[in-house]
Amino acid sequence: MNAVFYILAALTLAGGLATVLLKQLVHCALAVTVAFAGLALLFLQLDAQFAGFAQILVYIGAVAILIVFAILLTRGSELPKDGVFSKTWFLGLVIAAAVFAVLGWAVLASVSAVPQQNAVPSVTVRDIGIALVGRYVLPLEIVALLLTAATIGAVIVAMHEKERPR
Amino acid sequence: MTTPLAGYLLVAALLFAIGLGGALVRRNAILVLIGIELMLNAANLNLIAFWRFGPHPEALTGMMFAIFSIAVAAAEAAVGLGLVIAIYRHTNTAELDKIDRMKG
Repeated sequence: MNAVFYILAALTLAGGLATVLLKQLVHCALAVTVAFAGLALLFLQLDAQFAGFAQILVYIGAVAILIVFAILLTRGSELPKDGVFSKTWFLGLVIAAAVFAVLGWAVLASVSAVPQQNAVPSVTVRDIGIALVGRYVLPLEIVALLLTAATIGAVIVAMHEKERPR
Repeated sequence: MTTPLAGYLLVAALLFAIGLGGALVRRNAILVLIGIELMLNAANLNLIAFWRFGPHPEALTGMMFAIFSIAVAAAEAAVGLGLVIAIYRHTNTAELDKIDRMKG
């Protein structure tokens, strides 16, 4: 536990909180980008370079842009008249707090039972590539199929419906 | 005194709770999707932390799980935001409590 971890954790959690609490949707998109960047830095801090850079590429490069596009296409920059929080916000808050209490209790009660090694794992991108086309080749193919289907599906769902011919 | 693993797991739990709260509390469909993305990211942080501090990191299990999870989350975001845009085109709103056409 060093200072870098605390700074990155604070950055990530502040980004997440700002995402949930800010009123303007565009500000929320910016805040969630900060949270994604903080997570990518946490991955790098955990010696998972490949996952960290994949996080930057996929989340900051693609998902954040997608979110901004969706906000602009749905005119989300206009503030709604009756508030941004739902009528049952208190119930949602209670559920979230209860979930965090259970998760935190489970982590603190059981973490000493987990064997822990602190040596830095010596894993290169080459090892990851070999594992991807070796042991994990079937999940890789399935993910490729899923991404193709999701791309086509997203385009078809969001496409303008043509007028039906009479 | 907490171990580094417990620190990362607590951060992930807090981020999950924040995402869950956002998904439950906000009225805009896009913010609900962002909350779901935050929850998926918290799960990824758990996977990477267990990969780093668990036994046999050279087997790459947790790392691979996180990478596939990132790919699935990207597909989910694309389809989800496409659905939000389609719903907005039909109902002219992205506020979830106004989309009640199927309410009995």
